[in-house]
Amino acid sequence: MSTLHRKAAQTFLKNGENAKWHDATFWALRDKRDNMAMGLDEWERLRDTASAIKRHTVTHLDKYLEQFATNAEKNGVKVHWAKDAEEFNNIVLEILTSHNVKKLVKSKSMLTEECEMNPFLEQHGIDVVETDLGERILQLMKQKPSHIVVPAIHITQEEVGHLFERVLGSEKGNYDPTYLTYQARISLRNEFMTADAGMTGANFGVAATGDIVVCTNEGNADMSTSVPKLHIAAMGLEKVIPDYRSLAVFQRLLCRAATGQPTTAFTSHFRKARPDGEMHIILVDNGRSDIIANTEHWETLKCIRCGSCMNTCPVYRRSGGYSYTYFIPGPIGINLGMLKSPVKYSDNVSACSLCCSCDNVCPVKVNLSEQIYRWRQNLDSLGKADPMKKAMSAGMEYLFGHPGLYSTSLRFAPLANHLPRLLMYNKLNGWGIGHEMPEFPRESFQTMWKKGEVK
Amino acid sequence: MKTGLFIPCYVDALYPEVAVACYKLLKHLQVDVTYPLKQTCCGQPMANAGFESKAVPLAEHFEDIFKGFDYVVAPSASCAAFVKLNYPRLLQGKHFCETSDKIMDICEFLHDVLKVKSLPGKFYHKVSLHNSCHGVRELGLSSPSERNIPKYSKLKDLLSLVEGVTVCEPERVDECCGFGGMFSVEEPEVSTQMGIDKLERHMATGAEYITGPDSSCLMHLQGVAKRQQKDIKFIHIVQILAAGL
Repeated sequence: MSTLHRKAAQTFLKNGENAKWHDATFWALRDKRDNMAMGLDEWERLRDTASAIKRHTVTHLDKYLEQFATNAEKNGVKVHWAKDAEEFNNIVLEILTSHNVKKLVKSKSMLTEECEMNPFLEQHGIDVVETDLGERILQLMKQKPSHIVVPAIHITQEEVGHLFERVLGSEKGNYDPTYLTYQARISLRNEFMTADAGMTGANFGVAATGDIVVCTNEGNADMSTSVPKLHIAAMGLEKVIPDYRSLAVFQRLLCRAATGQPTTAFTSHFRKARPDGEMHIILVDNGRSDIIANTEHWETLKCIRCGSCMNTCPVYRRSGGYSYTYFIPGPIGINLGMLKSPVKYSDNVSACSLCCSCDNVCPVKVNLSEQIYRWRQNLDSLGKADPMKKAMSAGMEYLFGHPGLYSTSLRFAPLANHLPRLLMYNKLNGWGIGHEMPEFPRESFQTMWKKGEVK
Repeated sequence: MKTGLFIPCYVDALYPEVAVACYKLLKHLQVDVTYPLKQTCCGQPMANAGFESKAVPLAEHFEDIFKGFDYVVAPSASCAAFVKLNYPRLLQGKHFCETSDKIMDICEFLHDVLKVKSLPGKFYHKVSLHNSCHGVRELGLSSPSERNIPKYSKLKDLLSLVEGVTVCEPERVDECCGFGGMFSVEEPEVSTQMGIDKLERHMATGAEYITGPDSSCLMHLQGVAKRQQKDIKFIHIVQILAAGL
């Protein structure tokens, strides 16, 4: 039995050149992140503090959410609560239809991906336009993000060029990134000017003030909220933080960890509607309050979605975002998928060599690899354990549980050196796919010791 | 200072020369060391694969064998880390876990406990140091490349005591080689690719040998190298430290 991740990874790696490029591209992000991390003497202290703030906030979420909502309402913002994706989508639709919105421009939001909002709104006749360049490319290509921060990085400039020739009427054969960006800019400008509503996600919600904070590099969140008079912000419950002092900690970590920049080009605070406008914040649970109750996995809620665990993950880099069955890939995606539905998303749990690099880059110190280890322990009871691994584990338990039998096997082990190649290298031996088998020495250490040969 | 030598199952079966080097080196350093019989496996392979319950009897057996020692020393950072970090939880509700505080990778033991300042051997070769994940990130044998902490390497400190050895490190100094226990069987393509990439970076240093504190990573890399017909030798770090004994 192979997991879907393994099968997808196998396909991904067949295009060796692309796989090499993918690995190098994401390693370059890791490298840039390292430069930033090493440039701040207080880096590790910032991580400790960020983790402590998140632990505190997540375990006092009721208090901070209430404070946040009260303050937002004081600012004239309409606050909505959505218990799941369906409720969220319906609230958005209701706001849009009551304002007779035909076109919605939006900045990047993984929450709207999570709730599959775009197809829902489109079904109801609303034109949804992604305005983050990467997201826009994917939308026009009808593809999903392969990474949470750089969603379209797997697409080459030639592919973007072909797309823009077809959709935006750009010059044939001009794949210059600056030119292509300019073409997107012209087209998006028109979308901004003709939109009836703008939507943003939220990187943070500040309880003390009721602000939402959005970090972008393109200024598209600001365009989305500066032209149309109606602003809807989608925010996961776990995005709330206590105050500006804590924001300062996250603000120093987020972009450094994500893209290796000291900060995003734009850090926009939205506190109230523009004159004659309306601002709505929709607070979305969609399983988050269940995660708080999960004693082994609640710390995943600390995640600030920087994507650095993906960039450092040796498996992600060599298998790509689409090899995972959950919409968020990489170490955090493995865990969030399992929290969403262990039965549905267990195929991603194999995508980890337990190297623990993710734990060490994570700016809020989520114990990602330990959590993957723990999920593995649940697979058998879910009926999702790999039968081969299960049989091997049972065999090892028996063998190693009987020291006499273990000693005997050691004596006979060298016979394996003489097995016919076909018996050793076949489908049943995963090891034989990329490795030659090790050769057994004439005697094990134990045998040598018993014979008094070790001096 | 009674010291128990823990020779993990696969070292016992496949790399007895590593175990012999450990014993000789510890003896040379006048450590009161013995190898208790009836030891088998720490249980890591099945636990990492998701069958932690099958590791519990092995943890109990390990405790029985080794709890009487002051130190338990193993030539395998990953196995030592497993005992250290997971045994207290595996034995929870049964009895207090004693071996968790006693287990050490042998390099850690040489560096931190014995504080070895000289070694008799010579090894006139260029080696590329394999900083294995659990050695680096679980036992702290060197500073993880992700962290902004003062750089150190207990392994390089120890190797510097051996006359003649030139130590290099690969680019991406502590990226995983792709072994990961049963990961290599369950995700063989990714595991192999990681191995190929790691080998390339080790070989780019121009070293004759790849060395490190984990025979498991070395076994994986050696298997990949043989399949790829790459010409580089492998040696456990203790074999270098025990050179000439």
